[in-house]
Parts: sequence; C-alpha cells; structure tokens
Amino acid sequence: MSREFDAQEGIKVPADGAGGDGGPAVRGERSPFSCLLDRRSFLKCALASGAALGVCEFAQPLVAIPSWAGPQKQDDSRFTVEAKFYQKLQNQKIKCKLCPRECTVGDRERGYCGVRENRGGTYYSLVYSRVCAAHVDPLEKKPLFHYLPGTLAFSLATAGCNVNCKFCQNWDISQARPEQVPADYAPPKAIAELAKQYHCPTIAYTYSEPVVFSEYLMDAADAGHEAGVHSVVVSNGYMQEEALKTAYGKMDAVKIDLKAFTEAYYRDVVVGELKPVLDSLVTLRKMGKWTEIVYLVVPTLNDSDSEFRGLARWIKTNLGMDVPVHFTQFHPEYLLKNLPITPVPTLERAKAIADAEGLHYVYIGNVPGHPAQNTYCPKCHRMLVERVGFTASQMLIRKGSCPFCQQPIPGVWQA
Amino acid sequence: MSAMRSTSRRDFLKKCLTGAAVLHTSGRMGLLAAAEQGAALAKSRVVIARDAMLRGVGTTVDSRRMLSLLDRAMQTFFDGDNPIETWKKLFRPGETVGLKVNALGGRGFSSNLQLVEAICERLQEAGIKANDIVVWDRDSDELEHTGFHVSTGGNRVQCFGTDRVDYEQELVTHGSIGSRLSKILTRRCNVLINVPVLKDHDGAGVTIALKNMYGVIHNPNKYHPNGCNPYIADLNMLPEIRTKMRLTICDATTASYEGGPGYKPEYSWKNNALIVSHDPVALDYTGWQIIERKRAEQGLKTLEGDGRAPHYIATAADAQHRLGTNDPKRIAVVEV
Repeated sequence: MSREFDAQEGIKVPADGAGGDGGPAVRGERSPFSCLLDRRSFLKCALASGAALGVCEFAQPLVAIPSWAGPQKQDDSRFTVEAKFYQKLQNQKIKCKLCPRECTVGDRERGYCGVRENRGGTYYSLVYSRVCAAHVDPLEKKPLFHYLPGTLAFSLATAGCNVNCKFCQNWDISQARPEQVPADYAPPKAIAELAKQYHCPTIAYTYSEPVVFSEYLMDAADAGHEAGVHSVVVSNGYMQEEALKTAYGKMDAVKIDLKAFTEAYYRDVVVGELKPVLDSLVTLRKMGKWTEIVYLVVPTLNDSDSEFRGLARWIKTNLGMDVPVHFTQFHPEYLLKNLPITPVPTLERAKAIADAEGLHYVYIGNVPGHPAQNTYCPKCHRMLVERVGFTASQMLIRKGSCPFCQQPIPGVWQA
Repeated sequence: MSAMRSTSRRDFLKKCLTGAAVLHTSGRMGLLAAAEQGAALAKSRVVIARDAMLRGVGTTVDSRRMLSLLDRAMQTFFDGDNPIETWKKLFRPGETVGLKVNALGGRGFSSNLQLVEAICERLQEAGIKANDIVVWDRDSDELEHTGFHVSTGGNRVQCFGTDRVDYEQELVTHGSIGSRLSKILTRRCNVLINVPVLKDHDGAGVTIALKNMYGVIHNPNKYHPNGCNPYIADLNMLPEIRTKMRLTICDATTASYEGGPGYKPEYSWKNNALIVSHDPVALDYTGWQIIERKRAEQGLKTLEGDGRAPHYIATAADAQHRLGTNDPKRIAVVEV
C-alpha cells in the first residue's frame, strides 16, 4: 500500500527485461493521470503533501498504527466485473479457463493470480479499470522493434500475474493483490482518450501480466480502435487457446516473454509450464498477429548453448525465420538476487547461435549502445533502423522494404 | 547450589548406589523403559474440550459457557486449578498479544466471537492491558462482516486488519516462500495466539492451525498449488511466526467436513469443542482425524481417497521443518 510511485522509481528499473518491459510505471509528476488535476487541485495536493512530510518524514512509527480510512482504501465494486473465461462447478466452485493452470476456486477464494475471486459461485475480475501503473513509453521499451518504430505507447497495468518468476522486476505490483497497491479508476474510453491526448498511437498492456486483466484489455482495445488507437500486449503467453484468441485477437501486435526453453526452468523459476507458451506462439502465428519474442538470459539457469540452439531451431521450424528475437540482460531482482548481471558475451553467444541457425532478426536487449540493438537487412546487411537506448534515431525502411536492395522487412511500419 | 548443599555426602552416595542397583537389576529392559518414558515425556499434548450444551437450547454460543469451556481446556492443558494462573504462565504484562483469527468464512464460520471475547477477558485478568490485545486478520471489512467491531484506538481491545497498516516492504523468504509480512505481526505484536477454525479445504484437505498463517502474508494465492505443500510448512518456518507463536486455540465449535473453506451448512456440524495445543502440527493432525471421522460417518471418501490428503502436515513434521509431530504415538490427546 505504501509503495511510492514516483519518477525516480521508474528510472531505476532496467530498461527492457522480461517479466516486465522496463519497470513499473509511475505516478506523480510524470503520470498521465496527473493531467486530470487542475491548478487548484495541484496546489491543494502539494500543500497536503508538504504538511504530511512535516509530520511524518522524521517520525517513522515503530509500531503499525492503523488509520481509519485505510491506506488508499478503494471502492472494490467499481472495479469488479464477471470474468469471461470460467466454468461453474458444483458446490459453488468454479474452474478458471483463462490460463492453463485451471485453478479450481471455492467460494470466497481467489485464483493463483490473486485478482479473480469466486463470490457465491460466480467468478469475478477485481481489476477492471483498476490501473496501478501507467506511463508513456517508447515502443522500443517493450521491446517491439518491428512495430511503429519511434512512436509512443500509452502503457498501463493492473495488479496480478498468473506466474511467479523469481526474477520479476515488477513483483511489487505483479505479485500483489489489487487492494494492496494504489490504483486509479480508468475505464476503457478514458484510456483511449488519454492515449490520444498524449499523442500515443498505441496502448500497451504491460508491466505486470495482462493475461489476468483480459476483460479490461479487450474493452480498452475496442475503445482504442474506435478512437483510432492501436493496442499491443506484453505477455508471458501462458494462456488457454480460446482466451488467447478472444483477447489477443484484438491486439495489433504481441510481445511474448519466452522465459526459457526447458520445462524444468518453467517449473522451478517461473512456476508455470513451457508447452502452453509454445502453443500460444504457434496460435498467434496462425492468427497472423505480429509477434516478437523476448528471452531473458539468466546466468547459469537458461544460458546453455544447447538451450539457445534448441530455441532458435524451434522458432525457425514453427514460427519462421522472420520472428524478431530479443536476448535481454538479466538484473538481480526479487528472489534471484544471488546471481550476477548477464555478461554481454553471453548475450552475444546467444545471438551468434540464433544467427547461425538462420534467424533473421536477433537482437540484444538491456545493453544500451550495443550494435545488436539495430535492425539490419538480412540480405544486404545494411543498417535499416538505428536505435540509441529506447530511441529509434534513424529509420530507413520504406514501404516495408530495405531501400538498398528492396528486400521486404517484415513488421508493422505504418499506423 | 543450596539444593546441593542440603544433600549430604551419605545421601548422595546412597542415591548413586540405588541408581546403579536399578540399572543392574533391570538391565536392557530397564533402559528401554527409561527411553520410552523419555519419549512419553516428549509427547505433544492436544486437549479437546467439549460442551454439548455450549449453545443451550438455541443456536448461538453462550458466552458464559464458552468462558467455562475455555477455562476447562486451558486448565487441563496446563494442569492448573486457577484459570487466571494458566494465562499468567503464558503472557506477561507489557506484552502485546495478537489473536490471529480467521475471518474468511463470514459470520457463523469464522473464529467464534464469544471465544475471542473469552480469551480477551482472561488475558486482561492475567494483567495484559486491553489495548495491548490485538484481534486481527487480513482485512478489516472481513472482520466486520464476521461480527467483530473494528477498533483502533482508546483503551480497549484493538481489532483491525492488515489493510489498515499494510505489509512490510521487504520480502521474507524460506524455501518455497517469498512474501511480505503483515506489520501487525512484525511491528505490533510481541506474541501470538493462533485462533483458527476447524475446516475442510478443497485444495489443502484441511485448514486449521498451520494454514491460518496464510493470513499474515500478502500473497497467499501463490501458495495453493500441490495441496499447499510445502508452502504451508515453509511459511510456518519464518522466524517472525515461530518465535512469536505461544499457543493455538482452535475454534471447533462449528466445523466442516466437506465443501470448505467456505461455509456450506449442509457440510458443517455443531461440534461444540475447543482444541488447544502448543504443537500446531499435532493439533492439525488431530483436527484432520476429527474431520476424517465425520466424513466416514457421513459416508464420504477419506481425503486421501478424494485426492486431497493434507500432506503438508507431514512436511511440517519432517526433518527439514520440525514444527511439531504428526506421529499419533507421540501425540497425547486429552478429551475433557
């Protein structure tokens, strides 16, 4: 509850790791929601904050003193809608059909994600319009490199996640229940309006795990499309096929965190399964969704040559050579603080193996300034998109092709 | 030292000789008997106190009979004559005592109000100030729905949920657990009394003492796979829980044998009992057996047969955890 959302926190988080795309968003001075404040309200808030600082900053309570209002007590009912993907069982139980976990949830209990609750045999999402993080990010931060380079995404998240990655950068929102994190009420139309107001051609559902707020994501995508705003999702892909088709069918592009290429890693580090994620990637391919893959390379846990090779071969066989793959650098976080940052040579080794297997667009992520952040033509090898950090500083692709040799470059290059 | 001085050299030698004679005459059998006696001493005590007339002729628990039932349970457990003295053995004035109740089941199937009132009454008579007693669970609204009056100030018993004070920012970890703890546990209470409810659980098999600790962390939903095993045992290993826990008083006045953890009237029964122990594993094992007996009586499969035996109880007793015993030979169940 007392998590401070400020710009500083946004900055400290690594840029584009898996399990999030660069850190939770921020509220406060750079928050998109701050535009809702007029000058009078701003001054009122500032005075109140000043007063609070005067009282509290130097007097940390040694004991937990309860407050009557409760920290950020939220009106639960405005965020609650019936879930779309579940099956009713006997004895007021339900079986969730959103993700492969298929939680059987008794009355008054929640599923593994912590954001869906059985109330008297009806299953509810508690995070509809309950935005706990929002920010304006470059698409490159997701990372989506072959999707409208150099444009912005109005990025948002709710609490909750259907896995529990030990390296999660955003665990303080992804592993929390909705009532434990401050949130704003942001119905779908408001999101579409805010995206336009901030000159974002795209809404990105990201930071935590959008699978768990599918109902909201679908309606926000519809509202966005009505207003001429696209939608992309940054997801773990751990989802049932019907839910995937229904929810991500509304997306204009998808980024999937493929966290490893072994079931053991998924079981021990992710608390999930590999197979359903691979199935999701194949389904997305069949649906014709523009998809990019991120693989967070964690030292000693998923960085073997055989794993990189197996992954590259599987992608080539099942998805094709043109799917962009981003090998990104791990930073110690959450429950994996005992491991070092991924050495850059390890990432380069992963890229070399994937290149050798014939993948056309293999990138290195979280290493600012590395040449493997740029896009090169697979035929003439000229640089087509130059990136510095999250900024596309040069974009030479014309009408979806290399301007030098006319090789088609797959992606979504125009809104 | 004074005791040593009061023993004369002659008495000392006499006792040594007697001891040697006993060893010599009884031989190996004597040593085994001594070992068994030692094992018997190490038994975990679980007291089940019942009162068939706990509700009189009505449906609500009678406060005076509840106080009397609690006294009987505590005096039996501590071998005492005076109900106040038994509480004084456990708690000292100045300590802040947390009563971790279970308010998930709503009114009628959460920790019994009259039981909690009785515990608070005896604590105060034992010298604990009213506002040094905190009745708590995860959420204040759930406590209110259960019938507790949320109270956060003044010179009276405090009652509120973690939602009022938040969880610690820092994670605590043990084995499969990585969680944020309630500040009520970490900052407000010196000692704890666990006041769970005897219930069936669709995932874990049963939910009694050990699983009630899911209410002290921010992410219990992450620990339900695999019948909550080994999560429940790992959670109870956290020093903040182990070192503060003094006693479990399980509310078994209304219990469920199927359809839990939510309240299903058709699967619950008026058991009119309290279960008291220092050993949460022994208490859970004993509670599990009570539920199994009721299931058998109702013609239901065992929990094992239903694919949801509470294996976490054995895990809590294993060499990696040693939170108590699940060996029936090492549990002394006393029914009064």
